[in-house]
Amino acid sequence: MYSHLDSTSGAVSPQALKKAKVQRLQDAIFHRGTQFFALSVLFALLGIIISLVINAWPALHEFGPGFFFTEEWDVVNGEFGGLIAIYGTLATSIIALLIAVPLSFGIAVFLTELCPGPLRRPLGTAVELLAAVPSIIYGMFGLFIFAPIFAEYIQPVLAATLGQIPGFGILFRGAFNGIGILCAGLILAMMILPFIASVMRDVFEVVPPVLKESAYGIGCTTWEVVRKIVLPYTKAGVIGGIMLGLGRALGETMAVTFVIGNAHRLSPSLFAPGNSIASTLANEFGEAEFGPHFSSLFALALALFIITFLVLAAAKWLLVSMEKKQGLKT
Amino acid sequence: MKSLLKTALLKGAISIAVVGVSTTTAFAADITGAGATFPYPIYAKWAEAYKAKTGSNMNYQSIGSSGGIKQIKAKTVDFGATDNPVKFDDLEKEGLVQFPAIIGGVVPVINVDGVKPGEIKLDGPTLADIFQGTITNWGDKRIAIMNPGVKIPSGDITVVHRADGSGTTAIFTDYLAKTSNLWKDAVGAGPAVKWPAASSVGGKGNEGVAANVSRVKNSVGYVEYAYAKKNKMTYISLKNKDGNFVAPDDLTFAAAAAGTDWSKIPGMGTFITNASGAKSWPITGASFILVYKNPDNKAGAAEVLKFFDFAFKEGKKMAEDLDYVAMPDATTDYIRKNIWSAVKTK
Repeated sequence: MYSHLDSTSGAVSPQALKKAKVQRLQDAIFHRGTQFFALSVLFALLGIIISLVINAWPALHEFGPGFFFTEEWDVVNGEFGGLIAIYGTLATSIIALLIAVPLSFGIAVFLTELCPGPLRRPLGTAVELLAAVPSIIYGMFGLFIFAPIFAEYIQPVLAATLGQIPGFGILFRGAFNGIGILCAGLILAMMILPFIASVMRDVFEVVPPVLKESAYGIGCTTWEVVRKIVLPYTKAGVIGGIMLGLGRALGETMAVTFVIGNAHRLSPSLFAPGNSIASTLANEFGEAEFGPHFSSLFALALALFIITFLVLAAAKWLLVSMEKKQGLKT
Repeated sequence: MKSLLKTALLKGAISIAVVGVSTTTAFAADITGAGATFPYPIYAKWAEAYKAKTGSNMNYQSIGSSGGIKQIKAKTVDFGATDNPVKFDDLEKEGLVQFPAIIGGVVPVINVDGVKPGEIKLDGPTLADIFQGTITNWGDKRIAIMNPGVKIPSGDITVVHRADGSGTTAIFTDYLAKTSNLWKDAVGAGPAVKWPAASSVGGKGNEGVAANVSRVKNSVGYVEYAYAKKNKMTYISLKNKDGNFVAPDDLTFAAAAAGTDWSKIPGMGTFITNASGAKSWPITGASFILVYKNPDNKAGAAEVLKFFDFAFKEGKKMAEDLDYVAMPDATTDYIRKNIWSAVKTK
């Protein structure tokens, strides 16, 4: 820039200098402005962590780290432990993932590889619309329509088949209430399915056609193309989509509160009612008195925060280690 | 540029001044309250009538009993409302007064095929055993003995309770604890307890419990009377202290309230559970109002007392229409003379 100015006029005109100053100022303001916005995210995060820890501290101090592994949740006697809620959150989210991931994968493959043109748009839009349905509606659907059907037709069948397997079968025994851990997991699966499916579809679509065409050209089946070309090319996006779904499942509140049964009890059966962290908070926060109950709810919130953080960290680690492996191969 | 800024500032100042004026004028007449969800329908009805008569607004937020206590202690509202009365010592410590404003009943409801409302009769200890999970089937002998001639299909009982802390739960568990020592020792009473029955399921709010009981076969739960009536739910007849089986309605609630001498209770805080009287419904409760003795906003407190004076005098019919029971005149006289006189309104 200096040489350019030098070569044309020898000296910089005052107007140009003024303009340059204004521009430099604009740049600086823009820089600081965007920096401030970016940092505000960090401050918000720090603020949330600090306020969670401060409010959870009395409970963590009183019950110790054992808080996260204790089953007791007794408001009358002031004894609190987070195990039931943490188990409920993890169990429902894992059930949701086990069901939603294969289904979403199927939907995405069909939409990108196999679907006839005219059907592609309506189907894709339907998936996206499903993602836009508010969670309270899933909850109402779950409690009023799905749970009775589930209790009447699905639970007896599950108990008669899967429930008969020695050992493993204990998961599918118990009273046919409809509502419970399994029902919450199924509703969650329905909720996160469109998220995962639409992310998978989007990333599958960016696979360069030439790669797929070459594979088809040498006689690969659709499954082989998906398995060997599409998936390796898009795995970061696929894992990202799954984590997005898992994140929503872990924190989902209203829909889960409707169908999980809201009982502070640990049961080996998935038919039994339980509680998740989010549903416990939704149910009890409004009426919690200051003291151990209030503080224990904050400790649960902290646990949810940590779980979500661990999930994100694990996803990142998975991606990094996969990239490393690939680097070694080629 | 500068002048533009000036006018903007000026405009802002004017609008702030205007808002300030409007809030202060509104402040003199409008009152705010927060708390229990159970009396919300009647408070809203009273507020409507009060506005029609005096032009003053009463804004009530039904955020739950504990929330009401928190809000009045934080002094963000003119009065707090709770179904779970505050203990006298705590009232004194905080400088609050408490008085009952309306009476209602809690009703055990069931969903058992072929059983009509009031057909199943139970006593307190049996009901406690059901909620404790020691009676797990409708075909249990102890239920059959109390109901000769009634055909009760056997089926595993699902207990439905409130998942959120609630004054309704406080009244209900107080009744169970009063009638069953087993319940008192194992569970206790309060707005949220550790529900022991293996089958128990929680619902959020009265509507959550009502929804669960209507959906889950062979379930039993408890809701405020208005919800049972509105949803046409099957209720249970209960044995009262005098040994009679009674059905829940405004007459049996009133009978229970008549037997309570409020003037003997410091702070007036009591549940009317297991009350004596031939026709008394045993799970009756009052909803209480909390006001500061020496409130920061004296005009607001005066208006609160005026509002409830109006409600006590002219709100009886409205209470009846909504299936509540108005406070007896003797009690409201006592409240005026002994409770309200302690509130500094000037």
